[in-house]
Amino acid sequence: MNFPAELKYSKTHEWVKMLDDTTALVGISDFAQDELGDLVFVNLPIVGDDVVAGDAMCDVESVKAVSDVMSPVSGTVAEVNNELDDAPEKLNEDPYGAWIAKIENITDTDELLDAEAYEAFTKEA
Amino acid sequence: MEKKTPLYESHVALGGKIVEFGGYLMPVQYPSGVIAEHMAVRTKAGLFDVSHMAELAMEGPAAVANIQHLVTADISKMVDGQVKYAMLCNDQGGIVDDLVIYRRGPEQYLLVVNAGNHDKDAAWVSSHLSGDVKYRDVSDEVAQLALQGPASAAILRKICAESDIPEKYYHFCEGCVLHLEGGRDITAIISQTGYTGEFGYEIYCSSADVTDLWNTLLSVGKDDGLIPCGLGARDTLRLEAAMPLYGHEMNDGITPKEAGLPCKLDGKEFIGRDAIIAKGAPKIKRIGMKVTGRGIIREHLDIYTKDGKKIGWTSSGTYCPFMEMSVAMGYIDIDEIEIGKKLDVDVRGRKVEVEIVPLPFYKIDR
Repeated sequence: MNFPAELKYSKTHEWVKMLDDTTALVGISDFAQDELGDLVFVNLPIVGDDVVAGDAMCDVESVKAVSDVMSPVSGTVAEVNNELDDAPEKLNEDPYGAWIAKIENITDTDELLDAEAYEAFTKEA
Repeated sequence: MEKKTPLYESHVALGGKIVEFGGYLMPVQYPSGVIAEHMAVRTKAGLFDVSHMAELAMEGPAAVANIQHLVTADISKMVDGQVKYAMLCNDQGGIVDDLVIYRRGPEQYLLVVNAGNHDKDAAWVSSHLSGDVKYRDVSDEVAQLALQGPASAAILRKICAESDIPEKYYHFCEGCVLHLEGGRDITAIISQTGYTGEFGYEIYCSSADVTDLWNTLLSVGKDDGLIPCGLGARDTLRLEAAMPLYGHEMNDGITPKEAGLPCKLDGKEFIGRDAIIAKGAPKIKRIGMKVTGRGIIREHLDIYTKDGKKIGWTSSGTYCPFMEMSVAMGYIDIDEIEIGKKLDVDVRGRKVEVEIVPLPFYKIDR
């Protein structure tokens, strides 16, 4: 399992790639995609919506079930990765390349874990 | 506490993700994933542990009369080596369970029922026994594997004689000798049946032999593309083939007529028959839907007409990896059923468009 060192992670298994102090790309971790299984549909967030850390941001469907994706940060959805509409499997194949949304006006990142702490957290889970 | 099949440790060793199903701890998928497992069955072969299924043996001069009283099919014309699919119904005509009936001899039958209904079915069957019949629940002694996919026959031929492989769908061979790795021979029932909509077999053997049989099949089938498959693929495969699942398309309040399942009303008497006749023409019926909007439909969602009238509910739905489309089954008012008609399904507040299509979604020539 892969946990890139340059990313931050939430305890709800999303990753955060800070682009500047208040803007980031977010997606789901390698651990999350493995737990979810083959993903076949992504119901992307809506551009302009406010998201709150720990609250549902969008949902993904595997062949078996629907799961909420939590927002790892609080802010506003600036962009979504529309490529995932036709290729949800990218979340399985390349979880750290397949970003779900770009969030701006981020206010809080203190709760996020670094790669080492997150990897340890997944082993406890 | 959940039960384990004899293959539990094998599933864990293969990296299977274990979930509870029908009172058993079962693999939902192996590391290859549900889609790869689904595709293996449609294009090559897959091996499933289905030892959680329950087997009830019925023997004696009154076996036929007892089974006939319980099931919706006419079993009087069955021959030795034949399998029949039918329902057990309650007094109101609702479905207690679906089952397959094996005729092993004129007075010797095996009923195979769902794991999740095992206790209910066993109690139902044993409470209705009459006459000279010996009934026994043999579920713990009997293990079952499903070898499914176009390469299944070629794989079986590597470990048993051609004459032990049933040639026809819904027929079986008894006392088949299987040569296991390590040199040991075992006997089994090989049946040309399954729950995937694909060509394949179900193999019944002793619980003591099943681990060696499982390992042998995976080993000899490797070159044919055989991989172990879990309950996740079993569900997507049965759904793609529009096969009903108890608790979804069937329950105690749905009749076989509503579900479009075997139910012979002009033949022999069975429990629930009079109630089904008294109900007259069904007011709701099971339909197939292809999702034309964006999303995946699951069970227990409301179905609406385009002008917003609620007309039914969904019973199952998923993404079908082989057909590369999202489908669902459900029940709607009979007056609204018309192939090609567009409807909306309420998916957590979002309307997703579907189109009524004929069932099954996927079918092979037998």
